[in-house]
Amino acid sequence: MSAALELVDVVKTYPGEPPVRALDSVSLRVDKGEMVGIVGPSGSGKSTLLHIIGTLDRPTSGEVLLGGVATAHMSDRNLSAVRSQMLGFVFQQFFLMEGVSALDNVADGLLYRGIAPAKRRAAAMEALDRVGLAHRVHHVPSKLSGGERQRVAIARAIVNRPQIVLADEPTGNLDSRSGAAVMELVRDLHSDGHTVIIITHDRELADSLPRRVSMRDGRIEQDANDLTSVESV
Amino acid sequence: MSATVAPPPSRLRLGDVLRVGSLGLRSRRLRTGLSTLGVAIGIAAMVGVLGLSASSQEDLNSKIRALGTNLLEVQASQGFGRGAGVLPDTAVAMTSRIGPVTAVSSLTTVTATVRRTDMISEGITGGIGVFAADPGLLATLHASLADGRFLDAATATYPAVVLGSTAAQKLGIVDVADGLRVFIAGNWFDVIGILDPVAAAPGLDRAAIVGLPAAETYIVGDSIDPGTVYVRTEDGAADMVSAVLPNTVNPATPEEVQVTRPSDALAAQEAASSAFTSLFLGLGAVALLVGGIGIANVMVIAVIERRTEIGLRRALGATRAHIRRQFLTEAVLLAGAGGVVGVLLGALVTAGYARAQDWQIVIPPVAIAGGLVAAILIGGIAGLYPAARAARLPPTEALRSN
Repeated sequence: MSAALELVDVVKTYPGEPPVRALDSVSLRVDKGEMVGIVGPSGSGKSTLLHIIGTLDRPTSGEVLLGGVATAHMSDRNLSAVRSQMLGFVFQQFFLMEGVSALDNVADGLLYRGIAPAKRRAAAMEALDRVGLAHRVHHVPSKLSGGERQRVAIARAIVNRPQIVLADEPTGNLDSRSGAAVMELVRDLHSDGHTVIIITHDRELADSLPRRVSMRDGRIEQDANDLTSVESV
Repeated sequence: MSATVAPPPSRLRLGDVLRVGSLGLRSRRLRTGLSTLGVAIGIAAMVGVLGLSASSQEDLNSKIRALGTNLLEVQASQGFGRGAGVLPDTAVAMTSRIGPVTAVSSLTTVTATVRRTDMISEGITGGIGVFAADPGLLATLHASLADGRFLDAATATYPAVVLGSTAAQKLGIVDVADGLRVFIAGNWFDVIGILDPVAAAPGLDRAAIVGLPAAETYIVGDSIDPGTVYVRTEDGAADMVSAVLPNTVNPATPEEVQVTRPSDALAAQEAASSAFTSLFLGLGAVALLVGGIGIANVMVIAVIERRTEIGLRRALGATRAHIRRQFLTEAVLLAGAGGVVGVLLGALVTAGYARAQDWQIVIPPVAIAGGLVAAILIGGIAGLYPAARAARLPPTEALRSN
């Protein structure tokens, strides 16, 4: 198995008096096709870890390899390219554009790749079909339920066929039923071969995942593999 | 397996820049409309001022054209040491001998009143003056008749009169066909013609014009020295003729002869109105500046409100330049819309006012193009800072703010 993600001695400190060491020498390897939960209480450094993995922020020291590409010292422009082509984000608050149809929201996942609008829409159609919303393509977000909105957001995250889908508390704004449906969808994506990393503070959700990385005080406290899972090596 | 090169850079198509840049405007229509207003008013003011001044200028120009720049007016100077206010009676004959002169006519004020009938008191003049003229006056002044005919060699010796447009109105005469007569200095004069308004000599609108021989016979009872001599020259010869006129008209005392060109007065009027134009242009520029500040203000607010959108776009792969371009486009579109509305508004105001003034409607293309360019420029400048702020926003901070 080749690595989808490799963190090597990643340190992130925020300036201040005294400086805050949000990540303290974190090393982590996620193989292609794995589904990993990063779990921990607030302040454990999991959000910082999400930002570093998502190339939204750079580590103070250490290296971040995405699909073998070293990103720690990339220019801002190159990091944008990495995000547009290698990563898909799912946020707790969905972050859909109001007044824009589900189809165009999903097509925006390809906006910064310079692809013609018609092709973007065709790919978006396919992605919406994949998340079971083929019948809701022309609805604006305000006409969709919370669960449907998150499925639109997931479609947007996979429309560019990313190396890694990064989900930040994907069920945090949903009732338990919609949350379960969304997790069902995420598991399906994993079965399809997507690499999925889920950041959550929800122990129960994390326990349902084949691999759990527990964070505390900026360090990895425990990295547990479910031995019955096929993906673990 | 492990490529160590960065993937190809993010790209945003031009059409997408416009779509993304107009998204914020389309979803907040009221705010878009209101923030467009300032620029629209500024541009409308500038286009309106330029259009109105061009229209009024065109009107003056057409008056000058009708008048001709080759018309000269010769009068005797008046006042202590400057003469008695009369020209020699040879003035017309002498002037017509100057080579480039094409027409000469004299016009002289005669002291008399014009009354509709002899039953009306002599004190009621209606402001109408009596002038003695020769038959060539109509052609020399390029004047035209509203009705009837002008004096000719025959009628100039008879008690016949041609009325100016205002004079005819004052006397209640609209038509010469009625065979009407007016009472001048104890004699009845047949009304044979009514003039259109005369651009070259607006004083004639309030005049009753009789032939020079008739005036001598029926009104004054003596020979009349010419008061004003109108001289029409060949095109471009006005200055030259003007230079030799004093010596020709009055060789004995040329300094007592005053030569003016009526078109110069209109040209001066044109210059005066251009001073007002720059004043109003200045006011328009101030409105435009205020409009620009309004747009900058709205854009700064938009950037603050749309932090999560900026964060999301960065997560989707937008570069800082893409974000900057999006907000700059939005500001330019906002101001550009104001420019379009302003140009239309300015053109409308110009057309309405020009029509009311009976002017030809002239909206200079440079005002339209200038208005649009100015609006776009204002938008670009106003959007510079907000766009830079949006681009500088770190993606983590943008995503955290919700």
